[in-house]
Amino acid sequence: MFVIGERINGMFRSVARAIRERDAAAIADLARRQVAAGAQALDLNTGPTGDDPAEVMTWLVQTVQEAVDVPLSMDSPKPAVVAAGLRACRGRAIINSTTGARERLDALLPLAQEFGASLIALTIDERGIPRNAAARAEIALGIVAAAVEAGLPTDRLYLDPIVLPVSAAQDQCREALEAIGAFRSLCQPPPHILIGLSNVSQGAPNRPLINRTYLVMAMALGVDAAIADPLDRDLMDALRTASILLNQEIYAEGYLQPQPAA
Amino acid sequence: MSLELVKETWPGKIFTITIGATAAEGGTRARTVTLGGHGALPFLPGDAPSPHPPLVAMEVMDVVPPDWPEHLRAPLADVLASPADWARKCVEDCGADLVCLRLQAPHPEWKDASPDEAAATVRAVLQAVPVPLIILGCGHADKDNEVWPRVTEAARGERCLVGMAVPENYKTLVVACLADGHNVLAEAPIDVNIQKQLNILITEMGLSADRIVLHPGNASLGYGLEYEYSIMERIRLAGLQGDRMLSQPMLAVVGEEAWKAKEARLPEGAMPAWGAEALRGPAWEAATAAAFLQAGADMVVLVHPETAATVRRTITELTKGSAA
Repeated sequence: MFVIGERINGMFRSVARAIRERDAAAIADLARRQVAAGAQALDLNTGPTGDDPAEVMTWLVQTVQEAVDVPLSMDSPKPAVVAAGLRACRGRAIINSTTGARERLDALLPLAQEFGASLIALTIDERGIPRNAAARAEIALGIVAAAVEAGLPTDRLYLDPIVLPVSAAQDQCREALEAIGAFRSLCQPPPHILIGLSNVSQGAPNRPLINRTYLVMAMALGVDAAIADPLDRDLMDALRTASILLNQEIYAEGYLQPQPAA
Repeated sequence: MSLELVKETWPGKIFTITIGATAAEGGTRARTVTLGGHGALPFLPGDAPSPHPPLVAMEVMDVVPPDWPEHLRAPLADVLASPADWARKCVEDCGADLVCLRLQAPHPEWKDASPDEAAATVRAVLQAVPVPLIILGCGHADKDNEVWPRVTEAARGERCLVGMAVPENYKTLVVACLADGHNVLAEAPIDVNIQKQLNILITEMGLSADRIVLHPGNASLGYGLEYEYSIMERIRLAGLQGDRMLSQPMLAVVGEEAWKAKEARLPEGAMPAWGAEALRGPAWEAATAAAFLQAGADMVVLVHPETAATVRRTITELTKGSAA
């Protein structure tokens, strides 16, 4: 299970402050803590910023790669900001994200190719958020076809079935899970399937409980990557336990002990 | 029609471990050895070249089992009484990469030798050879716990590989190795879950995961080989998939088990169809070693000089063309 740590995001007040004041130590600390807690990659999102977001993204990439050696996910709706992050990134990179909309694919697939990056693709398109699993699969097929056409190996593609808040769109939690099986059969090698986990509990009390419950359900259906909060210890324990129960990791009595970094 | 080979890539990598320390590194070895570092299953350089090919270690004992067959004694007859001479023969005549010194004499049912005598043996062997040492206890937990601290102290700074840490008895050994700068050989008997748990326990004591070598059990051709093979393979696959508690290089002690097999020992008169007795033992030992190399062993511990030569040829053949 590939965990992309979500904490370096300008939507968090403390991160917004660190960005505003260019507090590299605070960002580096957040990077190190997430990796120590089990994140295998880190998402970087400038959030709303008064400065030039491309410049902020560049600074975030430089600051984080000084602290940790993991793939970095450039999280921005603006291709120019994504490109700035990719240019600054020394190691492996992930683009977060394209959608099934032609315009987005045309902008981001060439970037993924140019920088050898992986690509997260949300299964939404010009028509908006799909209503059910079948509509998600239809968009996913279009994305896979575009990726193959562009020459992007499908094992560098992370399809996101779009997780919506249970408090606002209860029926969609199940539709997203049902889309996972359909995604897996789209191509060989199968694409990765990723969920933006914390969205499911947006606006609800008991957020950690909802997050970890949904994560293990999704894992059982074949999700192999998540953008999530690795500092949520209960979440990471549930993830490790699910990996054991799905025979993805070898059992030992002390399996919950943190593993040393690679 | 050209055939395109399927390449497999893995997210994990096997730890790289160095055994032995030169004068510059605080020891007295003329040479050190490095093992591990693999990014793929063995002997598949197309998937990922292995930086460190498997090594041949040869076993030296401070007391020889009384039931050792004549065909094993004969080639070593002139050195069996002296571990230092035996070690020198292994290195100078047989080209051993390492010497694996088994301190059996301290066992209460063998010679009940004192920890000081064991330490003296270690010093003598260290002086006799320029290569790194693997040091094994006698397997009697209480006695090993008396012997290990003296032995690791006698070899302080030499960065030996010392074992075997077992689930029931690992703490004294780990503390001694931490104090004197050695690596730990961790043994779980043909059980991947227990091996992982043992590694977790050892690392919890503060020894880093890249200072452990795994010994997943004892077996030989015809006597449990396939069990040990499959466990070794499973360990290696888990390591390559990124499990840091199973990403260690592995060692196979081959000689001991292979020479227990009746196929290696029965006189020709008892079983004429099996062929010459002098050839059978080395062949049994070499065949066992070859299997474990395929399963991922980074070191094989051998006894018979002829086996060492055969296994070295096998390693050379298997690594031919793999750009290291």
